[in-house]
Amino acid sequence: MKEKRFWLRTVILAIMLAAIGYTIYSNVFVEKKAIQVGDSAPDFVLTDLNGNKIQLSDYRGKGVFLNFWGTWCKPCEKEMPYINNQYNLYKNEGVEVIAVNVGEAKVAVQTFVNRFQLSFPVVIDQQDQVMNAYHIGPLPTTFLIDKDGKIVDMITGTMTEEDVRKYMETIKP
Amino acid sequence: MEHVKCECGHVNPIGTVLCEACGKPLEEVPTLVDMRYEGSARRSQTYNKTIIDKIWNFFSSVKVGVWLIVITLIASAIGTIYPQQMYIPPTVSPAEYYEQQYGWLGKWYYTLGFHDLYSSWWYMLLIALIGVSLVICSLDRVVPLYRALNNQRVTRNEQFLQRQRLFSRAQATDYETALRHVVDKLTKRGYRIREENGNILAEKGRFSRWGPYVNHIGLIIFLIGAMLRFVPGMYVDENMWIREGEIKEIPGTKGKYFLENKKFIFEVYEKEKEKEAFQPAIDRVGSGMMAKNYQTDVVLYERVGPVVAGEEPKLKKIKSFSIRVNEPLKHDHYALYQVDFKLDELKNMSFHLTDKQTNKSFGTITIDLIQPEKEYDLGNGYKVQLLSYFPDFYFDENGNPNTRSKVPNNPAFVFKMFAPDRPKGEVSFTAIRQTIEPLGDNKYKMSFAGIETRNVSALTVRRDFTLWILGVGGAIFMIGLIQGMYWNHRRLWIRRIDEEVLIAAHTNKNWFGLKKELEGIFNDTPFVMPIDQADKRS
Repeated sequence: MKEKRFWLRTVILAIMLAAIGYTIYSNVFVEKKAIQVGDSAPDFVLTDLNGNKIQLSDYRGKGVFLNFWGTWCKPCEKEMPYINNQYNLYKNEGVEVIAVNVGEAKVAVQTFVNRFQLSFPVVIDQQDQVMNAYHIGPLPTTFLIDKDGKIVDMITGTMTEEDVRKYMETIKP
Repeated sequence: MEHVKCECGHVNPIGTVLCEACGKPLEEVPTLVDMRYEGSARRSQTYNKTIIDKIWNFFSSVKVGVWLIVITLIASAIGTIYPQQMYIPPTVSPAEYYEQQYGWLGKWYYTLGFHDLYSSWWYMLLIALIGVSLVICSLDRVVPLYRALNNQRVTRNEQFLQRQRLFSRAQATDYETALRHVVDKLTKRGYRIREENGNILAEKGRFSRWGPYVNHIGLIIFLIGAMLRFVPGMYVDENMWIREGEIKEIPGTKGKYFLENKKFIFEVYEKEKEKEAFQPAIDRVGSGMMAKNYQTDVVLYERVGPVVAGEEPKLKKIKSFSIRVNEPLKHDHYALYQVDFKLDELKNMSFHLTDKQTNKSFGTITIDLIQPEKEYDLGNGYKVQLLSYFPDFYFDENGNPNTRSKVPNNPAFVFKMFAPDRPKGEVSFTAIRQTIEPLGDNKYKMSFAGIETRNVSALTVRRDFTLWILGVGGAIFMIGLIQGMYWNHRRLWIRRIDEEVLIAAHTNKNWFGLKKELEGIFNDTPFVMPIDQADKRS
């Protein structure tokens, strides 16, 4: 009788603990979004300012620093030169940068690119398709993708130049 | 296991206050017995041996349950002090926003997770603990209560009877006849009668005692439904803004569905246009002041072939539909609801290239404000280049023109105007009602020629596979509530001891109703109506 009670209580508590654990884990400690660290990065195709098609899956074997930005976003403006500087150092080590603009006018994007003399491809997500696939909220948001196309990290908010360097180091193939 | 044997012979679990069978108090009790849970042994209060028992007993306490609810309530209240994350501008990082706006309090608000309360781990833990408390409290009470009600005997112990709130004791005269009469009346009133050695127990509405537990089962099912929303694929809740003429991917559908906005319609009630019956109401609020219809005419498409984000999709038309408030477009368990709109967003802006002196125009350009051209050629050596474009223009803190967003709320342009007599071009900064010539006096200017606008519609994308579970849980919740609220569990004991009749009655609530009922039963019998001993004392 006593044994039975103990096991019954243990089982009921265990079931409830499992349910709570799962809920809190899946909701808080894993991003609620469809996209998570460790997932393979959703493939996309976008056209850059020179009319070239840029497809993420073509970058297998290289680390990809995928940055979502807008011209009106001050933190983006601040970190863009850092990314540019570090890109020039890391591109020979197999790290590529793709900067996805969140669907602004080409003229505005071009002006911005000229102003900062960005040397990496800048693509425009005209129909929000890539933003939806990556569940982009606040800008800037950066995804670090390794040589196997896996998402290593997601960063929201401004980065210092040192941050950018560190992050590029982690995805060096 | 230890047991307590009552003098009536029934074996009770340890911790029992009133014998399950005859009701005899097994411990010292005050003048009136406490009938909560029939004086049964709430298990939590009896065993306290292992760690599992300790956890169990903690959650078995109603006091703990109430405190959990109070804490949740306070946390929810605090969560309303500053806006929740979903209401702050979407372009700013919440970490910075709360501190900037509300100082160190805002910083802590953010750090502790109050900014997104329903998703913060500790809030969910609180809700979960309430759920645990609910399950354990219920289990710990419903089992002994069921045992006690199931084991109760007709013949109750004298002490049990005389310590009921409603009790009378009188000489038995003509007992048998009177008893028959009372039993008849009780049966008519829906009591179930049990007899034993000339004593009776009349009982009705026992099922009302299970009401709270049925209610709790409903609540648990509801909580499980809410929990399932976090299982991927069970629940989608997204928002989309779509301009007239645009085709956009529907968020939350993983690139599978696209929507085209053909037209957004906003209608109001206007005088003369409605039936006679509406005229006074329209007069009262004013013609054109009351909304009549919000409607988006859309076409739903499905993407054909593999989904690669960003690629120009191949689309197959599924259906045309007019989405109106409460009339969503439904397909594949997705529903699109009309939630918001914006009238007259700027679409195109036209300018004449004119000579400032003569006002002569050399041609007109029309600029698409979403995707302006780089260059507009007017022929005969006249052309206009667009050097910069600011769709939502303002001067930033450094005094430079900048844009607040990508929405053309306040467009501004930097033009370079070329003419046969100005081959190097003149630069002009042109915004609404504002022209700046940064490089000196120009011969030409861009003069405003008109605008074209369109409407924007906002839709909510919803897919919810948990709704029916919430519905079932809610229905069970209500059934339990009704069961416990609208029925009373009433019992009446009549026992003859030697030449005396002892009558006692109990109800779990509505004593007034019970007394009225008993008056009707005893008024024309020799039995003495039980007296409320709680009244007597006070």
